[in-house]
Amino acid sequence: MSTALEHPTYNYKVVRQFAIMTVVWGIVGMTLGVILASQLVWPQLNLGLPWTSFGRLRPLHTNAVIFAFGGSALFATSYYVVQRTCQTRLFSDKLAAFTFWGWQAVIVAAVVSLPMGYTTTKEYAELEWPINILIAIVWISYAIVFLMTIKKRTTSHIYVANWFFAAFILTVAVLHIVNNAAIPVTPMYSTSIYAGAVDAMVQWWYGHNAVGFFLTAGFLGMMYYFVPKQAERPIYSYRLSIVHFWALIMIYMWAGPHHLHYTALPNWAQSLGMIMSIILLAPSWGGMINGMMTLSGAWHKLRTDPTLRFLVVALSFYGMSTFEGPMMAIKTVNALSHYTDWTIGHVHSGALGWVAMITIGSMYHLIPRVFGRTEMHSINLIAVHFWLATIGTVLYIASMWVNGILQGLMWRAINPDGTLMYTFVESVEASAPGYFVRLIGGLFWITGMLIMAYNVYMTVKRREAISHPAPQAA
Amino acid sequence: MDTGTFRGLITLILIIAMIGIALWAYSKRRKKDFEEAANLPFADDDELPTSDKHASHERDSEAHSRHDRGDKNR
Repeated sequence: MSTALEHPTYNYKVVRQFAIMTVVWGIVGMTLGVILASQLVWPQLNLGLPWTSFGRLRPLHTNAVIFAFGGSALFATSYYVVQRTCQTRLFSDKLAAFTFWGWQAVIVAAVVSLPMGYTTTKEYAELEWPINILIAIVWISYAIVFLMTIKKRTTSHIYVANWFFAAFILTVAVLHIVNNAAIPVTPMYSTSIYAGAVDAMVQWWYGHNAVGFFLTAGFLGMMYYFVPKQAERPIYSYRLSIVHFWALIMIYMWAGPHHLHYTALPNWAQSLGMIMSIILLAPSWGGMINGMMTLSGAWHKLRTDPTLRFLVVALSFYGMSTFEGPMMAIKTVNALSHYTDWTIGHVHSGALGWVAMITIGSMYHLIPRVFGRTEMHSINLIAVHFWLATIGTVLYIASMWVNGILQGLMWRAINPDGTLMYTFVESVEASAPGYFVRLIGGLFWITGMLIMAYNVYMTVKRREAISHPAPQAA
Repeated sequence: MDTGTFRGLITLILIIAMIGIALWAYSKRRKKDFEEAANLPFADDDELPTSDKHASHERDSEAHSRHDRGDKNR
């Protein structure tokens, strides 16, 4: 790529690399999701092969969308935001480049090892120990690049987005290292150093904080820069952002036990997890309200700006899923919802509605700017993408609500003599229509992502045409 | 001191810290600093100049004339 339009101060190269890979991994991860949704409608699509079976592709899907798509987006936006709000270049270009290639190597290792069946069996931490060591090295390098850039800033304040990014980077380092502490047995097999209920609690302390810091704090960092920027007005309340930041940090850590309701975990720990999860509603909504109110007096911009629409609808889904989450953490509600598709629907209301939409909105703002343009190739295609993504998300979560409640009610229904009214397979059969609607929702999403890829390609291509004005003259 | 008392004290300290943060954030003296910080995304006005600055600017100026931006900072 040409360096003719290279920024005089900032390192935009690593931002461009991560931004492009965000789109690429988004398509890969969501395609895997659509394949899995199809397998649940037509089980023959497992193809009878171990490598393409649901059990192996499912962790590949979650790793691809969370760590490849979401991770690349977080790297791209955090490097972009920290440079622009600290008004200084990244601490080290070489170390930043290492985080890019290192992170891509981790993803490729996941793409190879997960279908082969190598797994620690820890959800969202399936990768085996050699890959985990590489993740730890890349992540610590990321922390060094990010924090040292803040240290050499030329502004007096550290903008709130950087607080969120820094919290996300530091916490994920701690979570990853503690949860993956294991004894290597063979080059691709290890056993956790924790045992029994303690292992389960460590896993879900990790698991829920992966949601809280990777998928929430990191993306709130994105929100605190790109919503004000796209709305062209400062954040509604800087004070609220400080209070809800610290409240979020203090409370998220304790919510993990709600993943282990009615298990071997001590009952007091379950109740504590439930109460902390309910309290979590307050700091979550603090962030949502702060983002939404930034738009006050500028709502008319939504009519003409589909990028802003992505950002605002992302905040709506964030508000919705952070209300749904605490409700589902209540033990009596959880007795109905646990192990059903309701959980899958809740996760996707957060993952598609919040994480993916705030990412896409941020990318539509960032990509033209780091490629030396002011706007995407086509604003109309952003609008088309917006509607595909919104309809896709609604189809997905509505079908999973119906399926989840249906399954929960069927599983707990008993005859007067105390025997179960339905067999498990009857609840699977009853779920078939919901699975089909979910597949359609997924197809909406992947279509939108392909349109985004075309739009990004045209934006990048035009930039190269500008930077080489007259190649034929030579 | 037994473990229960110790944990109780930690909880108490955290509650006091949280209240302290809230009071600090909402104190009048911090207002100016926070306004400055909140404007950091706009301090760096170097959007790269390129040849395709077309519709977006017209659209913006039209929008500004119809709607005030009075509540920019609160």
